[in-house]
Amino acid sequence: MGMLKKISGPVVVASGMAGTKMYDVAKVGEMELMGEVIKIVGEDVTIQVYEDTSGLKPGEKVVSTGEPLSLELGPGLLKSIYDGIQRPLELIAKKCGPFIARGIYVPPIDHKKQWEFQPYMKKGAKVVRGDILGVVQETELIEHRIMSQFDGTLEVLESGNFTIEEDIGKIKIGEKSADVQMASRWFVRKPRPYAEKLDPNLPLITGQRIVDMFFPIAKGGTACVPGPFGSGKTVTQHQFAKWSDTQLVVYVGCGERGNEMTEVLTEFPHLIDPKSGKPLMERTVLIANTSNMPVAAREASVYTGITIAEYYRDMGYDVSLMADSTSRWAEAMREIGGRLEEMPGEEGYPAYLARRLAEFYERAGRVQCLGSDKRHGSVTVIGAVSPPGGDINEPVSQNTLRVTKVFLALDASLAQRRHFPAFHWLRSYSLYTNNLDNWYLTNISSDWTRLRSEAMALLQKEAELQEIVQLVGPDALPEKEQCVLNTTKMIREDFLQQSAFHEVDTYSSMQKQYLMLRNILKFHERAMATIDLGVQLKRILEIPIREKIARMKEIPEAELKSLDALGGQIEAEFEKVAKK
Amino acid sequence: MKEYQTVTQIAGPLVFVSGVDGVGYNELVEVTLPSGERKKGQVLETSKGLAIIQLFGPTAGLNTTETRVRFLGETMQLGVSTEMLGRVFNGLGEPRDKGPKIIPEKRLDINGSAINPYARDTPRDFIQTGISTIDGLNTLVRGQKLPIFSGSGLPHNQLAVQIARQAKVASEKGETFAVVFAAVGITHEEAGFFMRDFERTGALERAVLFLNLADDPSVERIITPRLALTTAEYLAYEKDMHVLVIITDMTNYCEALREIAAAREEVPGRRGYPGYMYTDLSTIYERAGRIKGKKGTVTQLSILTMPGDDITHPIADLTGYITEGQIVLGRDLHRKNIYPPVDVLPCLSRLMNLGIGKDRTREDHRGVADQLYAGYATGRDLRSLSAVVGEEALSDIDRKYLKFADEFEKRFILQGPHDDRTIQQTLDLGWELMAMLPKSELKRVKKEFIEKYGKKYRVGQ
Repeated sequence: MGMLKKISGPVVVASGMAGTKMYDVAKVGEMELMGEVIKIVGEDVTIQVYEDTSGLKPGEKVVSTGEPLSLELGPGLLKSIYDGIQRPLELIAKKCGPFIARGIYVPPIDHKKQWEFQPYMKKGAKVVRGDILGVVQETELIEHRIMSQFDGTLEVLESGNFTIEEDIGKIKIGEKSADVQMASRWFVRKPRPYAEKLDPNLPLITGQRIVDMFFPIAKGGTACVPGPFGSGKTVTQHQFAKWSDTQLVVYVGCGERGNEMTEVLTEFPHLIDPKSGKPLMERTVLIANTSNMPVAAREASVYTGITIAEYYRDMGYDVSLMADSTSRWAEAMREIGGRLEEMPGEEGYPAYLARRLAEFYERAGRVQCLGSDKRHGSVTVIGAVSPPGGDINEPVSQNTLRVTKVFLALDASLAQRRHFPAFHWLRSYSLYTNNLDNWYLTNISSDWTRLRSEAMALLQKEAELQEIVQLVGPDALPEKEQCVLNTTKMIREDFLQQSAFHEVDTYSSMQKQYLMLRNILKFHERAMATIDLGVQLKRILEIPIREKIARMKEIPEAELKSLDALGGQIEAEFEKVAKK
Repeated sequence: MKEYQTVTQIAGPLVFVSGVDGVGYNELVEVTLPSGERKKGQVLETSKGLAIIQLFGPTAGLNTTETRVRFLGETMQLGVSTEMLGRVFNGLGEPRDKGPKIIPEKRLDINGSAINPYARDTPRDFIQTGISTIDGLNTLVRGQKLPIFSGSGLPHNQLAVQIARQAKVASEKGETFAVVFAAVGITHEEAGFFMRDFERTGALERAVLFLNLADDPSVERIITPRLALTTAEYLAYEKDMHVLVIITDMTNYCEALREIAAAREEVPGRRGYPGYMYTDLSTIYERAGRIKGKKGTVTQLSILTMPGDDITHPIADLTGYITEGQIVLGRDLHRKNIYPPVDVLPCLSRLMNLGIGKDRTREDHRGVADQLYAGYATGRDLRSLSAVVGEEALSDIDRKYLKFADEFEKRFILQGPHDDRTIQQTLDLGWELMAMLPKSELKRVKKEFIEKYGKKYRVGQ
């Protein structure tokens, strides 16, 4: 047991702590505030405290728990909302009212609740670490697979109702035997093990046209979404959380607005997963450490999120993790670094910023899990970045870009004209397109990649033509180039723009996206051919089908046939124009 | 309570006291000057034998030999009471209006605590401010924090009082309102403007005012907004009132924060502001919202003047990242004599969608707002193009957009300081303006709404 020596904001120094290990959790002061050891000098240790330190006095006791920060993992995680160090906010609200009090400890998952455990394995079976011993129906959507933590022989495995504290079986390891429970613990800063990393060659289908069509994210991939405030980072993250085709979603609100987390909390239970017909909340874990909650817990929150994501990955699920925003996490590191009087790197950020970011994103991936059934699971990480002033020439954005494979550049000027999602189509990129082409070929259509590159080429061309237009006006361009501008306007307004708040438009299936872009490009192709026949562009622009193209996004998924038929109508109308 | 006479060092607003024992972090301190004058302060750092105190007020007159320091054993608290309504206080919460002292019903820590995100309720009650650019395009809802980003010389104060005066909610039934006003480092004249307007409209009796003026100690500015918010939280969550908090000017707050950080010789972040400014600002802005099971709400309208009208300046930037949108005032519009000079393009209300639509405002609201935005943005772009190539070189449709942008500024944005428009008037005005554009351009509004609301303005089309 040690004694407090110095208090300065969230960082305190305690003396008489010989034998304490780095990153051990300590209980600080009479109130037993939770903290983490981040520096050791002789018998003095520096602790970052996860709660407000007001009123702490030198001389108060400090006790090390002898263990690093760890999470409790087991059935009951889903549908929960936690703070940055896995304290259940719902239970805390019930216990101590609407404001967060200090020094309270509530178990993260319910220790009293009984779950029905169904064994998958029989007595006497050989088990290796990661093998699925049995399952618990955690929510209507997700079965929680209880994994073995040991290699050995199964001595006992019972079925029936158990709490997470009770033993469900015994595994014989050599001469000794170990009791098996449904819950386990894992250190947040240590990546969970897997058998092998796999190539990311399955797309994460988000239902967002610009992403799926132009800048796809792979399952197990990493993406970053930098943008100034008001450019739609949070709405984008919410859209990904709502519509991504992963089985589970971990949403980390790291140093962001309280009302936004409330929005997720109130909205998700009412949103229905399009595939299963069940509320989205059934597959979601929320981590909420809002900006005014303690900064040290904010630093831990992304690790808490990814550890939970990895845990479900290990069961063989595809998990997506949204972190909003990683800049606030980096700022938490900077703030704590500053209190430690560390030598700062760029813009006051600690010199280890790049390493920490890389380590975090490296925990994403599609893997072959531990266990003899060789199941696959994945963690996809989509991190929002909030660069100061929207300028990405700053350490957090730049170091993030170095490790992530998809860059979705949010653009303030697009957002200002309410072009949402405000991803800039020329500045964004995805390095997964080549990996995924094969998937599109076999699952959607052979000309998916052709459509994408054609549309992209037109958008590139538009940027060049716009420069000329700025000098001489649009009328000075030849008809065919004006036609390109018309097409790109259609691509931008009728394809790329997608309203998150329109009941149909909010999600587009791959098939719908394909048909929409195909129709637009068909229109373009026919328009160019008709101009060659000597028809004026003005006449082409009067074709009534254009209005139908503009309303394509409002066609529900059930009526995709009419979208397909639109292709034929375009042909027919151009025939008419050409005949005249 | 022990008294120390062991001041060893004085630097800026900071006082170092040695030989102390058992001093708590953030504890309140009373310092007695050699002249007998007493001042309050707060513990910034404490260790065995040494405490660093930040004094609220100038350190002039302090010395190391005769200054006496008493540690009060508690963090800074404010005695709150409904009696505070109609009263004026200084930046430390002491009466400034010659009225009697407040007998507190409760003493609250001025730093408050974070609202548990689980306990928050979604803000969704539409507040009608009577200002088209806000109601129609950037709707304010109860429990929101929406700052006004302004510049020196722009009429942000007029706009703030107009909002305070006109703000009403559709479902008003036996609800009580209050305004808590915090002046942070503004001039006497500006404070006078607010006081006069509150008095004239009778708003003063439902208002609590905290005034830290430009010549008051800058360290006090750290305290003033927190006093205001503590009062607001008390009135809202314990007395069921709907409280509108106006804080002006947050730029002065941030300057004070920088001043203290510099005195403490901390590693500076961007432009010398401390690295923890985001976290610090969030402990102010996040104190707005609705709580499940409580009737009252806290809505925040803070004003900040962007140095050099630069929206990427750290103060505006960090604020924008915390608040739920922003109302931006533009100098160009102001020069054109358009009041309120709300530059709608960079404006945003993040909670708008929760407060609008059927049963709240009107079903066509979202579409109208998006269409007006898109149309005005196109028109603005064409302005710069027509400046280069001349209006004649533009197509018919482009000229229509150009005209639309002009009319939008003259009729939609422009309104008098006493012009109180209902949301219906605002939306109808939007349809009237949209009638200038051909139907095929109206892609953001649903077809049925064009028929229902827009048709009457589309004569001869």
